[in-house]
Amino acid sequence: MEYIFHIIILVLVYTILAVSLDLLAGHTGLLSIAHAAFYGLGAYTAALLAVECGTPFFVAVLIGMSIAAVVSFCVSLPSLRLHDDYFVIATFGFQIIIFSVFNNWMNLTRGPFGIPGIPRPVIFGWSPESNGTFLLLAALFAAFAYAVVNRIVTSPYGRVLRAIREDELFTRAVGKSVFRFKIMTFAISAALAASAGCLYAHYVNYVGPTSFTVTESILVISMVIIGGAGSRWGPLLGATILVTLPEMLRFLGLPSSTAANLRQIIYGTLLVILMMVRPRGLVGKYDFGR
Amino acid sequence: MTTFRCEALRKSFDGVKALSDFDLVLPSEGITAIIGPNGAGKTTLINVLTGFLRPDSGKVHFGEHEIARLAPHKIVTLGIARTFQDLRLILQVRAIDNVLLARPNQRGERLFFALTRMGVKKEETRNREEAKRVLRFVGLEGEADELAGELSYGQQKLLSLACCLATDAQVLILDEPIAGVHPEMASRILELLLQLRAEGKDVLFIEHDLGAVRRIAEHVIVMDHGKIIAQGTPREVLERADIMEAYLG
Repeated sequence: MEYIFHIIILVLVYTILAVSLDLLAGHTGLLSIAHAAFYGLGAYTAALLAVECGTPFFVAVLIGMSIAAVVSFCVSLPSLRLHDDYFVIATFGFQIIIFSVFNNWMNLTRGPFGIPGIPRPVIFGWSPESNGTFLLLAALFAAFAYAVVNRIVTSPYGRVLRAIREDELFTRAVGKSVFRFKIMTFAISAALAASAGCLYAHYVNYVGPTSFTVTESILVISMVIIGGAGSRWGPLLGATILVTLPEMLRFLGLPSSTAANLRQIIYGTLLVILMMVRPRGLVGKYDFGR
Repeated sequence: MTTFRCEALRKSFDGVKALSDFDLVLPSEGITAIIGPNGAGKTTLINVLTGFLRPDSGKVHFGEHEIARLAPHKIVTLGIARTFQDLRLILQVRAIDNVLLARPNQRGERLFFALTRMGVKKEETRNREEAKRVLRFVGLEGEADELAGELSYGQQKLLSLACCLATDAQVLILDEPIAGVHPEMASRILELLLQLRAEGKDVLFIEHDLGAVRRIAEHVIVMDHGKIIAQGTPREVLERADIMEAYLG
């Protein structure tokens, strides 16, 4: 049962990442490859605050989210002036920079050794020590991320985001500050990704740079695309499929090295097939192929 | 109309002068038409007036405001809205949602209120009523819930005019509002522009159809090679053989 809970917790962590990226990519049309960087910022912030300062969990989460939002603001000032492919490349550059910081700032992050010994969170005297109880916390975080994104996309604010996605010129012509909306949305997306990072750090009790590489960003993008961008349940569906699929491969009895390669091949094949047959993903509303 | 005043405007594209030391004082109110052959700089001019292009040099005043370097959304807040030659709408959403998008100063477009929804529902109801009123005015009330992409071309032209009106702008700048539409629809659009004039709105529009210009314009500006070659009432301008020759080539 602990194993099942573990899988569900991972699905929930990735759901937060996917739903927050979907706000940016699916609803606003801004495809970012830097999501793992914000995820990592949250994880490292939570890890350092817990290990070095003993900061209460929710305070650390708020600080992690704030740092990610502020960093996203700094990144968005130059990169959001770029369009389409150039924006993607700029976020890719940022992802590489953040990974290098995680991997090389020995005094702060301990570089490739990472930060071990992160305790399970304590919330008003309650600590989710077992996977079953941690699942409740993860579900709470995922529900929060879903609620925030759902509130935004169903509001007049969300109407502007969809307009930006479909026709930026028209959105400007009716008096909307497209740049302001993009900056705000990028910050919310980054902050939610950081909340997933905080949760993850306290769950696995360790953070290391290899958890926040560009591969991780691409995995989250794959979840959004496969599940379906710009839809309510697409991110959850995408996260469920891409987290559980490799776990199922374990039962085939393949050697772990083969299973890892096979997993990459399956991701790739799924993406190619979906882009050809169903470019909007399984339940999506936005076609990345346009 | 708060007067537009352009001083020594210059705009080039790869060495080709679209606006060349362009000076203009637009009439203080009414319907003004800009005519001229293709490549005369008409669309460049309205792109500069609405903030979509920054001039290489020169100034644009709108009343007391210098607007040549303002962003388009700031220019809209001053009361200037525009349509495009190639129709621009959100085709994947309903007609009424396009109009709702154009409503100004929406509380629900601010993040805090989007999340808390404080006062948003009431405001949205008011905006929806206003959007319906605008759609009724342009004759699209029955199409409010249809996807914008499923409307006919003429109806899309009306919808883009409705979006312009929904911004509450005083000055409407329209790039070829009747180009490519059925004559009946064109007549309907021109009638609407006259009605807007009667209601106190000011209109600046680019048009190739001289019949339409004669019918509704009170003032005509003729452009060629990025400069004004003539301006005045339609009678003064459109009767001149030299102008017609330049215009028709």
